[in-house]
Amino acid sequence: MTLSTRHLLGIKDLSQQDISLILQTAHQFKEVLQRPIKKVPSLRDITIVNLFFESSTRTRISFELAEKRLSADTINFTASGSSVSKGETLLDTVNNILSMKVDMVVLRHGASGAPHFLAKHIPAAIINAGDGINEHPTQALLDALSIIEKHETLDGIKVAIIGDIMHSRVAQSNIYLLKKMGAEVTVCGPPTLIPKYIDKAFDVRVEYNVQKALEWCDVANVLRIQLERQNQVLFSSLREYSLAYGINKQMLNNLPKKITVMHPGPINRGVEMDSDVADSDQSIILQQVENGVAVRMAVLYLLSNRPVS
Amino acid sequence: MKTILDHRQISLSIKRLAHQLLENHVEMKDTVVIGIQPRGIFLSDRIVKEIRKEMGENFFYGKLDITFYRDDIRKNIHVPNHTDISFSIEGKNVILIDDVLYTGRTIRAALDALMDYGRPEKVELLSLIDRRYSRQLPIQPNYTGKMIDSIVSQKVKVMWIEKDGRDEVILLEETEG
Repeated sequence: MTLSTRHLLGIKDLSQQDISLILQTAHQFKEVLQRPIKKVPSLRDITIVNLFFESSTRTRISFELAEKRLSADTINFTASGSSVSKGETLLDTVNNILSMKVDMVVLRHGASGAPHFLAKHIPAAIINAGDGINEHPTQALLDALSIIEKHETLDGIKVAIIGDIMHSRVAQSNIYLLKKMGAEVTVCGPPTLIPKYIDKAFDVRVEYNVQKALEWCDVANVLRIQLERQNQVLFSSLREYSLAYGINKQMLNNLPKKITVMHPGPINRGVEMDSDVADSDQSIILQQVENGVAVRMAVLYLLSNRPVS
Repeated sequence: MKTILDHRQISLSIKRLAHQLLENHVEMKDTVVIGIQPRGIFLSDRIVKEIRKEMGENFFYGKLDITFYRDDIRKNIHVPNHTDISFSIEGKNVILIDDVLYTGRTIRAALDALMDYGRPEKVELLSLIDRRYSRQLPIQPNYTGKMIDSIVSQKVKVMWIEKDGRDEVILLEETEG
């Protein structure tokens, strides 16, 4: 059994079987990460370049660790300090790197569709590590693994995605994945941060009242306000956003059941959630980060069977 | 199709193998048993059951998946099975168990995988079927149920009640698939 795609550009392109295969493989890699030697030789003949045109902490470190634990050779590229600032195009940059015999490309880019563009023009396998406001597929996969570990399944699980839905690639990838795997999704945020017709386009519920969203859900995935992607004023101030949509411990304590709280990071403590929520026993934020390495190992392993000839 | 071992012969072989193993590891002291996923587990489960009849529960039993250590990974990506080794193998006598020893490549991968869990004192190999003229690596079993002199085009299939509905070892010609 193999994946139906040769790149991971987005959850949109994956079938239910693909998602199950990745999660099942990630589960086995989690065991590898518990061993005295946390490393397997599977990708020792593969060279991977991490191309990060946007800043990143978790995703970059997580991909790099995943690659190293699969024994792949890795090259790290960040746009600042490279020839990109001298005017080189994305395709030229990548082709130059590939001519040094690189088999796989992990790409983060501010432009939505950048990995799709590359996939059309270069022979290497491409893994999308976040493209603009489009998708962040490995984040959705690690979120799914974390939910399954807590709730045993995705089928029928109620997930509220709260925050800047409009500018969040994490939200979009999560919605695709959760809907494909049978979960119910509600998106919640100020009307200006929720795309029009999202309920019809994605078959999700829309809720503008965060209290109601929390009461409905089993899992709350709380997102950061993507100020860097908003080029207009969509709400008055972070303080006002926080008063209307920020989640505090009291809100969690007053709910009839104990919900699970997630956040893809980086957290703006005191804005979208308070510190005592992020650090509470209901939060699985650090498990998400831990699962990130195993999920990325699974994706790299499963896509490594078609190397550049 | 030819039957090599029927269910009674399999049962007798397993009892003999378990007793041979115990002869060499009388107290099972510092000895651990590790079955190789996926199909070695059916055999190791039964060997362990036999040993427990004599020795009780005072030894460790684990399961090892070798998918990430295969040498044919660029030809085909295999889906991994679960590894469960919740004990240290450092300084232990390890008994590796697989149903069929054929080219020896699985055992090569298993040895590599094993070394990532520590440095065993000694590793021994137990297999129900030894296709002795098909080896591609210098690997030999310490305990064998039955040796078979088969050619490459033939296929040996070990069937287990838990998986295939009956206990039987059969030899298939290529055309029988």
